[in-house]
Amino acid sequence: MSSITGDKNFRYVFICCTIVWIGIRGLILYNISGDAAPAFIDAAISSILIFSTCFLLVNNMQYYLPKTKKLGYILVLSCLVGIINFAIQPLLLQLILSNTNYNIWQLPSMRYIRFIESFMISACIGFWALLWYVKKDQEALMSHQSETEQLAKDAELFMLRQQLQPHFLFNSLNSISALTGSQPDKARHMIQQLSDFLRSTLKKEEKRWHTLQDELYTIQLYLDIEKVRFGHRLQTEIEIPESCTQLFLPALLLQPLVENAIKHGLYSLTGNVLIHIAAAAVSNELHISVSNPFSADEQQVSQGTGFGLSSIQRRLFLLCGRHDLVSTTQHESIFTVKIIIPQIHEYYNY
Amino acid sequence: MNIIIIDDEPLAQSIVAEYVQTIPNIQILATCSDGFEGLKAIQQYKPDLIFLDIQMPRINGFEMLELVEHKPAVIFTTAFDEYAIKAFEANAIDYLLKPFSKERFDIAMQKVSKQIPNTVGTEVLLQHAALQPQQQNRIVVKDGHKIKIIPTVQVHFLEASDDYVKIHIAEGSFLKKKRMAEFEASLDAQMFVRCHRSFIINTQLITRIDLHEKDSYIVTLSTGKQLPVSKSGYIKLKQILGI
Repeated sequence: MSSITGDKNFRYVFICCTIVWIGIRGLILYNISGDAAPAFIDAAISSILIFSTCFLLVNNMQYYLPKTKKLGYILVLSCLVGIINFAIQPLLLQLILSNTNYNIWQLPSMRYIRFIESFMISACIGFWALLWYVKKDQEALMSHQSETEQLAKDAELFMLRQQLQPHFLFNSLNSISALTGSQPDKARHMIQQLSDFLRSTLKKEEKRWHTLQDELYTIQLYLDIEKVRFGHRLQTEIEIPESCTQLFLPALLLQPLVENAIKHGLYSLTGNVLIHIAAAAVSNELHISVSNPFSADEQQVSQGTGFGLSSIQRRLFLLCGRHDLVSTTQHESIFTVKIIIPQIHEYYNY
Repeated sequence: MNIIIIDDEPLAQSIVAEYVQTIPNIQILATCSDGFEGLKAIQQYKPDLIFLDIQMPRINGFEMLELVEHKPAVIFTTAFDEYAIKAFEANAIDYLLKPFSKERFDIAMQKVSKQIPNTVGTEVLLQHAALQPQQQNRIVVKDGHKIKIIPTVQVHFLEASDDYVKIHIAEGSFLKKKRMAEFEASLDAQMFVRCHRSFIINTQLITRIDLHEKDSYIVTLSTGKQLPVSKSGYIKLKQILGI
Protein backbone atom coordinates (compact mmCIF):
# COMPACT_ATOMS: atom_id res chain seq x y z
CA MET A 1 0.00 0.00 0.00
CA SER A 2 1.28 3.47 -0.86
CA SER A 3 1.82 5.90 2.03
CA ILE A 4 0.99 9.58 2.24
CA THR A 5 4.45 10.37 3.59
CA GLY A 6 5.88 9.08 0.32
CA ASP A 7 3.68 11.47 -1.65
CA LYS A 8 5.68 14.39 -3.10
CA ASN A 9 2.87 16.93 -2.83
CA PHE A 10 2.24 16.03 0.76
CA ARG A 11 5.90 16.50 1.73
CA TYR A 12 6.07 19.82 -0.07
CA VAL A 13 2.95 21.21 1.62
CA PHE A 14 4.05 19.77 4.95
CA ILE A 15 7.42 21.52 4.86
CA CYS A 16 5.82 24.81 3.73
CA CYS A 17 3.35 24.62 6.63
CA THR A 18 6.21 24.06 9.06
CA ILE A 19 8.11 27.10 7.76
CA VAL A 20 5.02 29.32 7.74
CA TRP A 21 4.16 28.20 11.25
CA ILE A 22 7.68 29.02 12.45
CA GLY A 23 7.32 32.47 10.88
CA ILE A 24 3.93 33.25 12.44
CA ARG A 25 4.92 31.93 15.84
CA GLY A 26 8.24 33.79 15.75
CA LEU A 27 6.54 37.11 14.92
CA ILE A 28 4.01 36.73 17.72
CA LEU A 29 6.70 35.88 20.28
CA TYR A 30 8.88 38.74 19.00
CA ASN A 31 6.00 41.17 19.45
CA ILE A 32 5.45 40.03 23.01
CA SER A 33 9.06 39.74 24.12
CA GLY A 34 10.79 42.34 21.90
CA ASP A 35 13.77 39.98 21.55
CA ALA A 36 14.06 38.64 17.98
CA ALA A 37 16.68 35.88 18.07
CA PRO A 38 15.39 33.87 21.04
CA ALA A 39 11.78 34.35 19.89
CA PHE A 40 12.54 32.69 16.55
CA ILE A 41 14.64 29.97 18.17
CA ASP A 42 11.69 29.22 20.46
CA ALA A 43 9.31 29.23 17.45
CA ALA A 44 11.60 26.95 15.42
CA ILE A 45 12.15 24.41 18.20
CA SER A 46 8.46 24.22 19.13
CA SER A 47 7.16 24.08 15.57
CA ILE A 48 9.69 21.51 14.39
CA LEU A 49 8.88 19.35 17.39
CA ILE A 50 5.12 19.65 16.74
CA PHE A 51 5.40 18.93 13.03
CA SER A 52 7.82 16.06 13.40
CA THR A 53 5.58 14.33 15.95
CA CYS A 54 2.69 14.87 13.52
CA PHE A 55 4.82 13.37 10.76
CA LEU A 56 5.37 10.28 12.90
CA LEU A 57 1.63 10.04 13.53
CA VAL A 58 0.74 10.26 9.86
CA ASN A 59 3.53 7.95 8.84
CA ASN A 60 2.23 5.40 11.31
CA MET A 61 -1.15 5.43 9.56
CA GLN A 62 0.22 3.47 6.61
CA TYR A 63 0.89 0.55 8.96
CA TYR A 64 -2.22 0.76 11.06
CA LEU A 65 -5.62 2.34 10.58
CA PRO A 66 -8.60 0.98 12.49
CA LYS A 67 -11.49 -0.24 10.34
CA THR A 68 -14.05 1.76 12.32
CA LYS A 69 -13.85 4.86 14.55
CA LYS A 70 -11.05 6.36 12.49
CA LEU A 71 -11.88 9.89 13.70
CA GLY A 72 -11.65 8.88 17.36
CA TYR A 73 -8.34 7.19 16.67
CA ILE A 74 -6.96 10.39 15.21
CA LEU A 75 -8.25 12.53 18.07
CA VAL A 76 -6.64 10.19 20.62
CA LEU A 77 -3.33 10.26 18.79
CA SER A 78 -3.55 14.05 18.51
CA CYS A 79 -4.04 14.24 22.28
CA LEU A 80 -0.90 12.15 22.62
CA VAL A 81 0.97 14.55 20.33
CA GLY A 82 -0.32 17.40 22.50
CA ILE A 83 0.87 15.75 25.71
CA ILE A 84 4.30 14.99 24.25
CA ASN A 85 4.73 18.59 23.20
CA PHE A 86 3.32 19.82 26.52
CA ALA A 87 6.02 17.83 28.31
CA ILE A 88 9.05 17.98 26.02
CA GLN A 89 9.01 21.50 24.59
CA PRO A 90 9.78 23.26 27.95
CA LEU A 91 12.62 20.81 28.60
CA LEU A 92 14.26 21.57 25.26
CA LEU A 93 13.77 25.31 25.65
CA GLN A 94 15.23 25.09 29.15
CA LEU A 95 18.38 23.54 27.70
CA ILE A 96 18.84 26.07 24.92
CA LEU A 97 17.42 29.32 26.23
CA SER A 98 18.24 29.20 29.96
CA ASN A 99 21.19 31.59 29.60
CA THR A 100 19.22 34.39 27.93
CA ASN A 101 16.83 37.02 29.25
CA TYR A 102 14.08 35.63 27.04
CA ASN A 103 11.65 34.00 29.42
CA ILE A 104 8.05 34.20 28.24
CA TRP A 105 8.12 30.46 27.45
CA GLN A 106 8.23 29.94 31.21
CA LEU A 107 4.76 31.50 31.73
CA PRO A 108 2.37 28.74 32.98
CA SER A 109 -0.34 29.71 30.46
CA MET A 110 2.12 29.09 27.60
CA ARG A 111 2.29 25.38 28.46
CA TYR A 112 -1.46 25.03 27.93
CA ILE A 113 -1.27 27.02 24.75
CA ARG A 114 1.44 24.58 23.53
CA PHE A 115 -0.84 21.61 24.25
CA ILE A 116 -3.80 23.13 22.42
CA GLU A 117 -1.66 24.30 19.50
CA SER A 118 0.00 20.95 18.91
CA PHE A 119 -3.29 19.07 19.40
CA MET A 120 -5.02 21.18 16.77
CA ILE A 121 -2.23 21.00 14.22
CA SER A 122 -1.97 17.27 14.70
CA ALA A 123 -5.72 16.79 14.33
CA CYS A 124 -5.78 18.84 11.10
CA ILE A 125 -2.90 16.91 9.57
CA GLY A 126 -4.37 13.65 10.81
CA PHE A 127 -7.74 14.30 9.11
CA TRP A 128 -6.02 15.33 5.94
CA ALA A 129 -4.09 12.06 5.88
CA LEU A 130 -7.23 10.12 6.72
CA LEU A 131 -9.04 11.58 3.73
CA TRP A 132 -6.08 10.73 1.54
CA TYR A 133 -6.06 7.08 2.66
CA VAL A 134 -9.82 6.65 2.32
CA LYS A 135 -9.69 8.04 -1.20
CA LYS A 136 -6.81 5.72 -2.12
CA ASP A 137 -8.74 2.74 -0.78
CA GLN A 138 -11.77 3.60 -2.84
CA GLU A 139 -9.74 4.04 -5.98
CA ALA A 140 -8.14 0.64 -5.46
CA LEU A 141 -11.54 -0.94 -4.92
CA MET A 142 -13.00 0.65 -8.02
CA SER A 143 -10.17 -0.41 -10.28
CA HIS A 144 -10.37 -3.92 -8.83
CA GLN A 145 -14.09 -4.10 -9.55
CA SER A 146 -13.85 -2.95 -13.11
CA GLU A 147 -10.94 -5.30 -13.65
CA THR A 148 -12.85 -8.32 -12.38
CA GLU A 149 -15.80 -7.41 -14.54
CA GLN A 150 -13.54 -7.14 -17.54
CA LEU A 151 -11.93 -10.46 -16.74
CA ALA A 152 -15.28 -12.17 -16.40
CA LYS A 153 -16.40 -10.83 -19.73
CA ASP A 154 -13.17 -11.85 -21.44
CA ALA A 155 -13.39 -15.31 -19.98
CA GLU A 156 -16.91 -15.73 -21.22
CA LEU A 157 -15.92 -14.58 -24.66
CA PHE A 158 -13.06 -17.02 -24.65
CA MET A 159 -15.30 -19.89 -23.61
CA LEU A 160 -17.75 -19.09 -26.33
CA ARG A 161 -15.05 -19.06 -28.92
CA GLN A 162 -13.73 -22.41 -27.79
CA GLN A 163 -17.08 -24.10 -28.25
CA LEU A 164 -16.98 -26.56 -31.13
CA GLN A 165 -13.79 -25.13 -32.55
CA PRO A 166 -11.40 -28.07 -32.14
CA HIS A 167 -13.88 -30.52 -33.56
CA PHE A 168 -14.66 -28.25 -36.46
CA LEU A 169 -11.02 -27.47 -37.12
CA PHE A 170 -9.73 -31.04 -37.14
CA ASN A 171 -12.60 -32.33 -39.25
CA SER A 172 -12.03 -29.54 -41.73
CA LEU A 173 -8.36 -30.40 -41.90
CA ASN A 174 -9.31 -34.01 -42.48
CA SER A 175 -11.52 -32.98 -45.38
CA ILE A 176 -8.67 -30.97 -46.84
CA SER A 177 -6.42 -33.98 -46.45
CA ALA A 178 -8.94 -36.06 -48.40
CA LEU A 179 -9.27 -33.43 -51.13
CA THR A 180 -5.52 -33.02 -51.69
CA GLY A 181 -5.35 -36.47 -53.26
CA SER A 182 -8.34 -36.29 -55.55
CA GLN A 183 -9.09 -32.58 -56.10
CA PRO A 184 -6.08 -30.40 -55.26
CA ASP A 185 -7.80 -27.22 -56.50
CA LYS A 186 -10.70 -27.72 -54.15
CA ALA A 187 -8.30 -28.47 -51.33
CA ARG A 188 -6.49 -25.22 -51.94
CA HIS A 189 -9.78 -23.36 -52.02
CA MET A 190 -10.84 -24.88 -48.74
CA ILE A 191 -7.54 -23.97 -47.08
CA GLN A 192 -8.24 -20.42 -48.19
CA GLN A 193 -11.72 -20.49 -46.72
CA LEU A 194 -10.55 -22.00 -43.47
CA SER A 195 -7.75 -19.43 -43.15
CA ASP A 196 -10.14 -16.56 -43.83
CA PHE A 197 -12.57 -17.94 -41.32
CA LEU A 198 -9.96 -18.34 -38.58
CA ARG A 199 -8.52 -14.92 -39.29
CA SER A 200 -11.88 -13.24 -39.09
CA THR A 201 -12.71 -14.87 -35.76
CA LEU A 202 -9.30 -13.94 -34.34
CA LYS A 203 -9.44 -10.36 -35.52
CA LYS A 204 -12.74 -9.83 -33.77
CA GLU A 205 -11.24 -9.99 -30.32
CA GLU A 206 -10.16 -6.38 -30.50
CA LYS A 207 -13.40 -4.67 -31.34
CA ARG A 208 -16.55 -5.52 -29.53
CA TRP A 209 -19.37 -4.46 -31.82
CA HIS A 210 -19.56 -5.18 -35.52
CA THR A 211 -21.90 -4.63 -38.38
CA LEU A 212 -24.15 -7.51 -39.34
CA GLN A 213 -22.38 -7.53 -42.69
CA ASP A 214 -19.04 -8.28 -40.99
CA GLU A 215 -20.56 -11.06 -38.94
CA LEU A 216 -22.27 -12.56 -41.95
CA TYR A 217 -19.01 -12.71 -43.85
CA THR A 218 -17.56 -14.97 -41.14
CA ILE A 219 -20.71 -17.06 -40.94
CA GLN A 220 -20.83 -17.50 -44.68
CA LEU A 221 -17.25 -18.80 -44.63
CA TYR A 222 -18.16 -21.16 -41.83
CA LEU A 223 -21.20 -22.49 -43.69
CA ASP A 224 -19.20 -22.87 -46.90
CA ILE A 225 -16.66 -25.00 -45.09
CA GLU A 226 -19.41 -27.15 -43.60
CA LYS A 227 -20.84 -27.53 -47.10
CA VAL A 228 -17.54 -28.93 -48.31
CA ARG A 229 -17.50 -31.35 -45.39
CA PHE A 230 -21.08 -32.55 -45.72
CA GLY A 231 -21.72 -31.97 -49.39
CA HIS A 232 -25.28 -31.56 -50.59
CA ARG A 233 -26.70 -32.51 -47.18
CA LEU A 234 -26.36 -28.94 -45.93
CA GLN A 235 -28.57 -26.26 -47.44
CA THR A 236 -28.71 -22.69 -46.25
CA GLU A 237 -31.12 -19.81 -46.67
CA ILE A 238 -29.97 -16.37 -45.60
CA GLU A 239 -32.49 -13.54 -45.79
CA ILE A 240 -30.96 -10.24 -44.80
CA PRO A 241 -32.58 -7.06 -46.09
CA GLU A 242 -30.26 -4.27 -47.20
CA SER A 243 -31.49 -2.08 -44.33
CA CYS A 244 -30.00 -4.46 -41.74
CA THR A 245 -26.50 -4.95 -43.06
CA GLN A 246 -25.12 -1.85 -41.37
CA LEU A 247 -26.76 -2.47 -37.98
CA PHE A 248 -24.54 -3.50 -35.11
CA LEU A 249 -24.21 -6.55 -32.93
CA PRO A 250 -21.62 -7.83 -30.43
CA ALA A 251 -18.75 -9.80 -31.92
CA LEU A 252 -19.24 -13.55 -32.27
CA LEU A 253 -22.75 -13.59 -30.90
CA LEU A 254 -24.43 -14.88 -34.01
CA GLN A 255 -21.63 -17.33 -34.74
CA PRO A 256 -22.37 -19.67 -31.78
CA LEU A 257 -26.05 -19.61 -32.72
CA VAL A 258 -25.26 -20.82 -36.20
CA GLU A 259 -22.83 -23.38 -34.77
CA ASN A 260 -25.62 -24.62 -32.50
CA ALA A 261 -27.95 -24.89 -35.45
CA ILE A 262 -25.33 -26.93 -37.32
CA LYS A 263 -24.69 -29.10 -34.28
CA HIS A 264 -28.32 -29.95 -33.61
CA GLY A 265 -29.33 -30.04 -37.25
CA LEU A 266 -26.50 -31.26 -39.41
CA TYR A 267 -24.54 -33.26 -36.81
CA SER A 268 -27.57 -34.93 -35.27
CA LEU A 269 -29.75 -35.75 -38.25
CA THR A 270 -29.40 -37.88 -41.32
CA GLY A 271 -30.56 -36.64 -44.69
CA ASN A 272 -30.77 -33.08 -45.93
CA VAL A 273 -30.74 -30.23 -43.47
CA LEU A 274 -31.85 -26.66 -44.06
CA ILE A 275 -30.44 -23.86 -41.90
CA HIS A 276 -32.39 -20.63 -42.15
CA ILE A 277 -31.04 -17.25 -41.05
CA ALA A 278 -33.13 -14.08 -41.23
CA ALA A 279 -32.81 -10.53 -39.97
CA ALA A 280 -35.14 -7.57 -39.59
CA ALA A 281 -34.81 -4.01 -38.36
CA VAL A 282 -37.61 -3.26 -35.90
CA SER A 283 -37.70 0.31 -34.57
CA ASN A 284 -34.34 0.68 -32.85
CA GLU A 285 -33.55 -3.00 -32.64
CA LEU A 286 -31.97 -5.65 -34.81
CA HIS A 287 -33.92 -8.93 -34.79
CA ILE A 288 -32.18 -12.07 -35.97
CA SER A 289 -33.55 -15.59 -36.13
CA VAL A 290 -31.72 -18.83 -36.79
CA SER A 291 -33.64 -22.04 -37.33
CA ASN A 292 -32.71 -25.64 -37.86
CA PRO A 293 -34.45 -29.01 -37.85
CA PHE A 294 -33.78 -31.14 -34.80
CA SER A 295 -34.13 -34.79 -33.96
CA ALA A 296 -36.97 -35.92 -31.73
CA ASP A 297 -34.60 -38.27 -29.88
CA GLU A 298 -32.35 -35.44 -28.98
CA GLN A 299 -35.10 -33.17 -27.80
CA GLN A 300 -36.13 -35.73 -25.22
CA VAL A 301 -32.60 -36.35 -24.07
CA SER A 302 -31.29 -32.83 -23.71
CA GLN A 303 -34.20 -30.78 -22.55
CA GLY A 304 -32.19 -27.72 -21.53
CA THR A 305 -31.26 -25.01 -23.96
CA GLY A 306 -27.63 -25.93 -23.41
CA PHE A 307 -24.54 -23.94 -22.76
CA GLY A 308 -24.55 -22.02 -26.00
CA LEU A 309 -27.89 -20.27 -25.55
CA SER A 310 -27.54 -19.50 -21.87
CA SER A 311 -24.17 -17.88 -22.40
CA ILE A 312 -25.51 -15.79 -25.27
CA GLN A 313 -28.31 -14.69 -23.00
CA ARG A 314 -25.79 -13.85 -20.30
CA ARG A 315 -23.62 -11.85 -22.68
CA LEU A 316 -26.51 -9.84 -24.02
CA PHE A 317 -27.59 -9.16 -20.46
CA LEU A 318 -24.12 -7.93 -19.48
CA LEU A 319 -24.04 -5.65 -22.50
CA CYS A 320 -27.61 -4.38 -22.64
CA GLY A 321 -29.04 -5.04 -19.17
CA ARG A 322 -32.11 -6.86 -20.45
CA HIS A 323 -33.21 -10.43 -19.90
CA ASP A 324 -35.76 -10.64 -22.69
CA LEU A 325 -33.40 -10.58 -25.67
CA VAL A 326 -33.19 -14.31 -26.42
CA SER A 327 -36.19 -16.48 -27.14
CA THR A 328 -36.69 -19.93 -28.64
CA THR A 329 -39.58 -21.63 -30.36
CA GLN A 330 -40.20 -25.18 -31.57
CA HIS A 331 -42.58 -25.73 -34.39
CA GLU A 332 -43.00 -29.32 -35.51
CA SER A 333 -39.42 -30.39 -36.08
CA ILE A 334 -37.97 -26.91 -36.54
CA PHE A 335 -36.15 -25.18 -33.71
CA THR A 336 -35.81 -21.39 -33.94
CA VAL A 337 -33.75 -19.02 -31.83
CA LYS A 338 -34.54 -15.34 -32.00
CA ILE A 339 -32.26 -12.67 -30.62
CA ILE A 340 -32.91 -8.97 -30.25
CA ILE A 341 -30.03 -6.52 -30.26
CA PRO A 342 -30.91 -2.99 -29.16
CA GLN A 343 -28.95 -0.46 -31.22
CA ILE A 344 -27.45 1.43 -28.30
CA HIS A 345 -25.23 4.17 -29.65
CA GLU A 346 -22.80 4.44 -26.76
CA TYR A 347 -21.61 0.91 -27.51
CA TYR A 348 -20.62 1.61 -31.05
CA ASN A 349 -17.09 2.65 -30.28
CA TYR A 350 -16.61 0.26 -27.45
CA MET B 1 -9.92 -58.89 -45.39
CA ASN B 2 -13.32 -57.30 -45.66
CA ILE B 3 -14.00 -53.88 -44.24
CA ILE B 4 -16.78 -51.35 -43.78
CA ILE B 5 -16.29 -47.60 -43.38
CA ILE B 6 -18.74 -45.70 -41.18
CA ASP B 7 -18.43 -41.90 -41.09
CA ASP B 8 -20.94 -39.11 -41.58
CA GLU B 9 -18.63 -37.02 -43.77
CA PRO B 10 -18.19 -38.14 -47.39
CA LEU B 11 -14.63 -36.78 -47.59
CA ALA B 12 -13.66 -38.57 -44.40
CA GLN B 13 -14.97 -41.80 -45.93
CA SER B 14 -13.04 -41.16 -49.10
CA ILE B 15 -9.68 -40.71 -47.41
CA VAL B 16 -10.02 -44.04 -45.62
CA ALA B 17 -11.04 -45.62 -48.90
CA GLU B 18 -8.06 -44.05 -50.63
CA TYR B 19 -5.61 -45.35 -48.03
CA VAL B 20 -7.22 -48.80 -47.98
CA GLN B 21 -6.85 -49.22 -51.73
CA THR B 22 -3.07 -49.13 -51.40
CA ILE B 23 -3.13 -52.25 -49.23
CA PRO B 24 -3.48 -55.56 -51.06
CA ASN B 25 -6.20 -58.10 -50.29
CA ILE B 26 -8.61 -55.64 -48.74
CA GLN B 27 -12.12 -55.17 -49.96
CA ILE B 28 -14.47 -52.37 -49.02
CA LEU B 29 -17.89 -53.94 -48.66
CA ALA B 30 -19.80 -50.79 -47.79
CA THR B 31 -19.47 -47.17 -46.76
CA CYS B 32 -22.12 -45.89 -44.40
CA SER B 33 -22.88 -42.38 -43.21
CA ASP B 34 -24.56 -43.08 -39.89
CA GLY B 35 -24.84 -45.66 -37.16
CA PHE B 36 -28.14 -47.11 -38.39
CA GLU B 37 -26.78 -47.81 -41.84
CA GLY B 38 -23.59 -49.08 -40.27
CA LEU B 39 -25.41 -51.56 -38.07
CA LYS B 40 -27.39 -52.91 -41.00
CA ALA B 41 -24.29 -53.26 -43.14
CA ILE B 42 -22.36 -55.03 -40.38
CA GLN B 43 -25.15 -57.56 -39.90
CA GLN B 44 -25.49 -58.06 -43.63
CA TYR B 45 -21.82 -58.33 -44.61
CA LYS B 46 -20.16 -59.48 -41.37
CA PRO B 47 -16.89 -57.61 -42.03
CA ASP B 48 -13.57 -58.43 -40.39
CA LEU B 49 -12.81 -54.80 -39.65
CA ILE B 50 -14.69 -51.53 -39.46
CA PHE B 51 -13.50 -47.93 -39.52
CA LEU B 52 -15.81 -46.10 -37.20
CA ASP B 53 -16.33 -42.42 -36.51
CA ILE B 54 -17.61 -41.57 -33.03
CA GLN B 55 -19.63 -38.40 -33.46
CA MET B 56 -22.41 -39.23 -35.87
CA PRO B 57 -26.06 -38.31 -36.21
CA ARG B 58 -28.69 -40.11 -34.11
CA ILE B 59 -26.59 -42.81 -32.53
CA ASN B 60 -22.86 -42.41 -32.00
CA GLY B 61 -20.17 -44.95 -32.76
CA PHE B 62 -20.12 -46.42 -29.26
CA GLU B 63 -23.86 -46.84 -29.15
CA MET B 64 -23.84 -48.54 -32.52
CA LEU B 65 -21.14 -50.97 -31.41
CA GLU B 66 -23.17 -51.92 -28.33
CA LEU B 67 -25.90 -53.18 -30.62
CA VAL B 68 -23.62 -55.33 -32.77
CA GLU B 69 -23.77 -58.95 -31.72
CA HIS B 70 -20.64 -60.33 -33.29
CA LYS B 71 -18.29 -57.43 -32.99
CA PRO B 72 -15.69 -57.03 -35.75
CA ALA B 73 -12.30 -55.48 -35.05
CA VAL B 74 -12.62 -51.72 -34.88
CA ILE B 75 -10.38 -48.83 -35.75
CA PHE B 76 -11.91 -45.60 -34.53
CA THR B 77 -11.44 -42.47 -36.58
CA THR B 78 -12.22 -39.29 -34.72
CA ALA B 79 -11.31 -35.64 -34.81
CA PHE B 80 -11.47 -34.60 -31.23
CA ASP B 81 -13.07 -36.39 -28.40
CA GLU B 82 -11.33 -36.36 -25.07
CA TYR B 83 -13.57 -39.03 -23.59
CA ALA B 84 -12.84 -41.29 -26.45
CA ILE B 85 -9.14 -40.64 -26.24
CA LYS B 86 -9.19 -41.51 -22.54
CA ALA B 87 -11.08 -44.67 -23.27
CA PHE B 88 -8.67 -45.66 -26.01
CA GLU B 89 -5.68 -45.09 -23.82
CA ALA B 90 -6.93 -47.73 -21.44
CA ASN B 91 -7.21 -50.26 -24.25
CA ALA B 92 -5.21 -51.90 -26.98
CA ILE B 93 -7.50 -51.07 -29.88
CA ASP B 94 -6.15 -48.51 -32.26
CA TYR B 95 -7.65 -45.18 -33.15
CA LEU B 96 -6.81 -42.59 -35.74
CA LEU B 97 -7.00 -38.92 -34.93
CA LYS B 98 -8.16 -36.92 -37.93
CA PRO B 99 -6.43 -35.82 -40.01
CA PHE B 100 -4.14 -38.85 -40.05
CA SER B 101 -1.24 -39.70 -42.35
CA LYS B 102 -0.83 -42.73 -44.55
CA GLU B 103 2.04 -43.86 -42.32
CA ARG B 104 -0.14 -43.73 -39.22
CA PHE B 105 -2.88 -45.57 -41.09
CA ASP B 106 -0.44 -48.34 -42.05
CA ILE B 107 0.63 -48.77 -38.44
CA ALA B 108 -3.01 -49.19 -37.42
CA MET B 109 -3.52 -51.78 -40.14
CA GLN B 110 -0.46 -53.73 -38.97
CA LYS B 111 -1.88 -53.80 -35.46
CA VAL B 112 -5.17 -55.08 -36.79
CA SER B 113 -3.60 -57.94 -38.72
CA LYS B 114 -1.92 -59.09 -35.50
CA GLN B 115 -4.93 -58.69 -33.29
CA ILE B 116 -7.92 -60.07 -35.13
CA PRO B 117 -10.09 -61.18 -33.47
CA ASN B 118 -10.03 -58.61 -30.71
CA THR B 119 -13.54 -58.40 -29.48
CA VAL B 120 -12.43 -58.62 -25.85
CA GLY B 121 -10.72 -55.26 -26.19
CA THR B 122 -13.82 -53.80 -27.78
CA GLU B 123 -15.95 -54.92 -24.84
CA VAL B 124 -13.61 -53.27 -22.36
CA LEU B 125 -13.58 -50.12 -24.43
CA LEU B 126 -17.36 -49.99 -24.55
CA GLN B 127 -17.55 -50.36 -20.80
CA HIS B 128 -15.21 -47.41 -20.44
CA ALA B 129 -17.17 -45.37 -22.93
CA ALA B 130 -20.45 -46.12 -21.17
CA LEU B 131 -19.15 -44.44 -18.04
CA GLN B 132 -18.69 -41.12 -19.79
CA PRO B 133 -21.29 -38.45 -18.96
CA GLN B 134 -22.51 -38.08 -22.54
CA GLN B 135 -23.45 -41.75 -22.58
CA GLN B 136 -25.41 -41.68 -19.36
CA ASN B 137 -28.57 -39.98 -20.46
CA ARG B 138 -29.82 -42.52 -22.97
CA ILE B 139 -29.90 -46.21 -23.72
CA VAL B 140 -29.92 -47.55 -27.25
CA VAL B 141 -31.74 -50.84 -27.81
CA LYS B 142 -32.81 -52.99 -30.72
CA ASP B 143 -36.51 -53.46 -31.20
CA GLY B 144 -36.84 -56.15 -33.81
CA HIS B 145 -35.16 -54.60 -36.82
CA LYS B 146 -35.57 -51.08 -35.53
CA ILE B 147 -33.30 -49.17 -33.24
CA LYS B 148 -34.79 -47.40 -30.28
CA ILE B 149 -33.20 -44.62 -28.29
CA ILE B 150 -34.54 -44.47 -24.75
CA PRO B 151 -33.79 -41.36 -22.68
CA THR B 152 -32.98 -42.60 -19.20
CA VAL B 153 -35.56 -40.26 -17.64
CA GLN B 154 -38.24 -42.42 -19.28
CA VAL B 155 -37.00 -45.64 -17.74
CA HIS B 156 -39.22 -47.03 -14.97
CA PHE B 157 -36.95 -49.84 -13.83
CA LEU B 158 -34.44 -52.41 -15.05
CA GLU B 159 -34.83 -56.11 -14.46
CA ALA B 160 -32.14 -58.77 -14.68
CA SER B 161 -33.04 -61.52 -17.15
CA ASP B 162 -30.30 -64.15 -17.68
CA ASP B 163 -27.61 -62.63 -19.89
CA TYR B 164 -29.84 -59.68 -20.65
CA VAL B 165 -31.33 -56.75 -18.85
CA LYS B 166 -34.97 -55.91 -19.41
CA ILE B 167 -35.59 -52.16 -19.66
CA HIS B 168 -39.10 -51.24 -18.63
CA ILE B 169 -40.62 -48.03 -19.99
CA ALA B 170 -44.20 -46.84 -20.51
CA GLU B 171 -44.48 -48.51 -23.94
CA GLY B 172 -43.30 -51.90 -22.72
CA SER B 173 -39.98 -53.56 -22.13
CA PHE B 174 -36.82 -53.97 -24.21
CA LEU B 175 -33.92 -56.36 -23.84
CA LYS B 176 -30.32 -55.29 -23.89
CA LYS B 177 -27.30 -57.53 -23.63
CA LYS B 178 -25.49 -55.95 -20.75
CA ARG B 179 -24.88 -56.75 -17.10
CA MET B 180 -26.79 -55.16 -14.22
CA ALA B 181 -23.52 -54.03 -12.67
CA GLU B 182 -22.64 -52.12 -15.83
CA PHE B 183 -25.95 -50.30 -15.81
CA GLU B 184 -25.55 -49.61 -12.12
CA ALA B 185 -22.15 -48.04 -12.77
CA SER B 186 -23.13 -45.99 -15.81
CA LEU B 187 -26.55 -44.64 -14.81
CA ASP B 188 -26.94 -41.49 -12.73
CA ALA B 189 -26.60 -42.73 -9.15
CA GLN B 190 -28.89 -40.01 -7.81
CA MET B 191 -31.72 -41.23 -10.00
CA PHE B 192 -31.26 -44.99 -10.32
CA VAL B 193 -30.76 -47.29 -7.38
CA ARG B 194 -30.18 -51.00 -7.38
CA CYS B 195 -32.70 -51.85 -4.73
CA HIS B 196 -32.44 -55.58 -5.27
CA ARG B 197 -30.10 -58.06 -6.92
CA SER B 198 -32.43 -58.21 -9.91
CA PHE B 199 -33.82 -54.67 -10.02
CA ILE B 200 -32.62 -51.11 -10.60
CA ILE B 201 -35.39 -48.57 -10.07
CA ASN B 202 -35.96 -44.97 -11.06
CA THR B 203 -36.23 -43.29 -7.66
CA GLN B 204 -38.28 -40.42 -9.05
CA LEU B 205 -41.20 -42.77 -9.61
CA ILE B 206 -41.34 -44.13 -6.07
CA THR B 207 -44.68 -43.46 -4.39
CA ARG B 208 -44.34 -45.64 -1.30
CA ILE B 209 -42.11 -48.13 0.48
CA ASP B 210 -43.70 -50.73 2.76
CA LEU B 211 -42.24 -53.26 5.16
CA HIS B 212 -42.85 -56.71 3.75
CA GLU B 213 -41.15 -59.12 6.11
CA LYS B 214 -38.30 -58.71 8.53
CA ASP B 215 -35.55 -56.81 6.64
CA SER B 216 -37.30 -56.83 3.31
CA TYR B 217 -39.47 -54.18 1.78
CA ILE B 218 -41.78 -53.58 -1.14
CA VAL B 219 -41.50 -50.42 -3.21
CA THR B 220 -44.43 -49.10 -5.21
CA LEU B 221 -43.87 -47.02 -8.35
CA SER B 222 -46.27 -44.38 -9.66
CA THR B 223 -47.19 -46.86 -12.40
CA GLY B 224 -48.59 -49.21 -9.74
CA LYS B 225 -45.77 -51.70 -10.21
CA GLN B 226 -44.50 -53.27 -6.99
CA LEU B 227 -40.90 -54.44 -6.67
CA PRO B 228 -38.92 -56.12 -3.89
CA VAL B 229 -36.27 -54.23 -1.92
CA SER B 230 -33.46 -56.04 -0.16
CA LYS B 231 -31.91 -55.00 3.13
CA SER B 232 -28.87 -53.37 1.48
CA GLY B 233 -31.09 -51.89 -1.21
CA TYR B 234 -33.21 -50.26 1.48
CA ILE B 235 -30.11 -48.63 3.00
CA LYS B 236 -29.18 -47.19 -0.42
CA LEU B 237 -32.71 -45.96 -1.02
CA LYS B 238 -32.79 -44.26 2.37
CA GLN B 239 -29.61 -42.36 1.51
CA ILE B 240 -30.83 -41.16 -1.86
CA LEU B 241 -34.30 -40.24 -0.67
CA GLY B 242 -33.01 -38.66 2.53
CA ILE B 243 -35.19 -40.67 4.94
